[in-house]
Amino acid sequence: MPFGNTHNKMKMNYSAEQEFPDLSQHNNHMAKVLTPEMYAQLRDKETPSGFTLDDVIQTGVDNPGHPFIMTVGCVAGDEETYEVFRDLMDPIIEDRHGGYKPDDKHKTDLDPENLQGGDDLDPNYVLSSRVRTGRSIRGFCLPPHCSRGERRAIEDLSIQSLDALDGDLKGRYYALKNMTEEEQQQLIDDHFLFDKPVSPLLLASGMARDWPDGRGIWHNDNKTFLVWVNEEDHLRVISMQKGGNMREVFTRFCTGLTKIESLFKERSHEFMWNEHLGYVLTCPSNLGTGLRAGVHVKLPNLSKHELFGEVLKRLRLQKRGTGGVDTAAVGGVFDISNADRLGFSEVELVQMVVDGVNLLVDMEKRLEAGDAVDDLMPEQK
Amino acid sequence: MPFGNTHNNFKLNYKVEEEYPDLSQHNNHMAKVLTKEMYGKLRDKQTPSGYTLDDVIQTGVDNPGHPFIMTVGCVAGDEESYEVFKDLLDPIISDRHGGYSPNDVHKTDLNFENLKGGDDLDPNYVLSSRVRTGRSIKGFTLPPHNSRGERRIIEKLSVEALTSLDGEFKGKYYPLKSMTDAEQEQLIADHFLFDKPVSPLLTCAGMARDWPDARGIWHNDNKTFLVWVNEEDHLRVISMQKGGNMREVFKRFCVGLQKIEEIFKKHNHGFMWNKHLGYILTCPSNLGTGLRGGVHVKLPKLSTHPKFEEILTRLRLQKRGTGGVDTASVGGVFDISNADRLGSSEVEQVQMVVDGVKLMVEMEKKLEKGEAIDSMIPAQK
Repeated sequence: MPFGNTHNKMKMNYSAEQEFPDLSQHNNHMAKVLTPEMYAQLRDKETPSGFTLDDVIQTGVDNPGHPFIMTVGCVAGDEETYEVFRDLMDPIIEDRHGGYKPDDKHKTDLDPENLQGGDDLDPNYVLSSRVRTGRSIRGFCLPPHCSRGERRAIEDLSIQSLDALDGDLKGRYYALKNMTEEEQQQLIDDHFLFDKPVSPLLLASGMARDWPDGRGIWHNDNKTFLVWVNEEDHLRVISMQKGGNMREVFTRFCTGLTKIESLFKERSHEFMWNEHLGYVLTCPSNLGTGLRAGVHVKLPNLSKHELFGEVLKRLRLQKRGTGGVDTAAVGGVFDISNADRLGFSEVELVQMVVDGVNLLVDMEKRLEAGDAVDDLMPEQK
Repeated sequence: MPFGNTHNNFKLNYKVEEEYPDLSQHNNHMAKVLTKEMYGKLRDKQTPSGYTLDDVIQTGVDNPGHPFIMTVGCVAGDEESYEVFKDLLDPIISDRHGGYSPNDVHKTDLNFENLKGGDDLDPNYVLSSRVRTGRSIKGFTLPPHNSRGERRIIEKLSVEALTSLDGEFKGKYYPLKSMTDAEQEQLIADHFLFDKPVSPLLTCAGMARDWPDARGIWHNDNKTFLVWVNEEDHLRVISMQKGGNMREVFKRFCVGLQKIEEIFKKHNHGFMWNKHLGYILTCPSNLGTGLRGGVHVKLPKLSTHPKFEEILTRLRLQKRGTGGVDTASVGGVFDISNADRLGSSEVEQVQMVVDGVKLMVEMEKKLEKGEAIDSMIPAQK
């Protein structure tokens, strides 16, 4: 495939120096870690499905990086990538996930009962709540590498499983390639529709091949639970609603995910998971829980406070604009979510968001009243 | 068997129906030709360097096509692609190149003495003249497929060959990745600089990988002879100057090309060529001569005449805007060039441009005087 440097053996006729990428202008995790020696050591390897080192790193070679955001610069093409290329992946995972070691264990906890509180974030400030994650189906290659046959099989399995959901989760699938104009407009209005990737970070890794074949969106009738099929991961699962009841959002998230997982198992398929890396996804940044839980929250005063960045850091939270990653905040409204993915469970991460946002809103109210917030500064979590 | 095509074999676990692309929305040469049966027959094949059917067609799957322009929808990854996948490529070549058959023989003629006239196109109308072609270096895979090591050797060989040129060809190489701002400005001002491909037709075929590594521009001191290294083809060779002396442009083109070829041959690297397909290039549309000889010419009246298109068709010429393919003409100035590439020689194609443009300028003059041109309309060439 064009993105699969499949003539790996022919490349061995050239020396490692001749093939080693020029990373002198680069600022991403892959470029920080990949030395010529490591390249030489790994370049003749491939996973059982034929994913090679050059396949892993192509996106990081083609995208030198962002001055402000440290991109990962590599992707997995299948579950085995994380094993076959561990010499490269482990240090990247460690750097990206706060020092996570090769023999650390990751805890999965999708029991919403373990979350404390979270049903009463002040809706005067918290406009909406959302939790998302990704899932990969074991036995198939990942989006950078999968063939049309694999992608379609993933789509079929997903539709079968999702169609079996009922109650609050009952819904419908909309295949991208035969969506009507009306369906498309409705999905856009609901902010559900995902478009063909335009980011060169994704395109360079081959994830957009054969678009829109095998891609689609499923959502429940209530429009609070949404699944993307075959975008950056096999599945992206999203629970969302207006207001501050993160507890309800998380409960639906866990219930839905667990049901979907058992429906897949009924069809003899499980999710890619192991006790070291948790859920295995395309981008190393999403390993572990793959979970981003966040709110859109009004913090016009706090966001201008000189300690805003520091507060977020201590709370292990990150800010984005309301258009998502790489967008700016509009009208003092920020997207605040957990910064971590791996090394903490789902419950722990959502707890950090719930507790952290409660505190941020208290700080905002203080500043509104003209009072100081110094005494509210948290410890580093 | 090359090592890296494990995934192609993996895909054979899926049936032909499951892997065959959905071409129902497509309008390109590949989609017209590739039936499910043909896909079934060719999908387990690969060239010696590991290029597969899915590699050949990926760009055509990803780019359904243009309503007005029939794109090719496939590329070669190496010289052998045209042989291993001839069942697909032969009909495409026939359709694209005016019925060219699998047994036809292509004539190469780079003897500029064989051109008649061409030194006196009226400079009041013909603003500039240009001839371009591409060349591929035998023994290397092509831009959709080649590795960094191969690309760098191609660059090295090219620079050695070009820097040994003298006389009117003496010049300098500017690698894209170490160009200074001043050099870049100058190359843009001279209309020489090529940019990273943005067209999805090219990026989906994998030609932009590792940009800008080993890409560069060489030009002579006189700025009349220019070579692009490692863009869409290994080499693109361009001869150009202001005014209507196409003869001089073509002479410089032939002399320069032959000098370059000699130097490559001395290093045991000839150009890819065979007597059926002529010069082998990445895109099937450029087989044969790979030559586009053209002028920028003022035809404000003729271009609005109802017979303009018909005249061009009969002269075997095509029009483009002055920004190149897919641009609009500005101020009645058109880019007029040969439509053919395969099945006629370089001399024949440039002759058609010279004779055809001469005729069109005469027609323009007639229309300026308010006279009819019906008697001048040519027979189909």
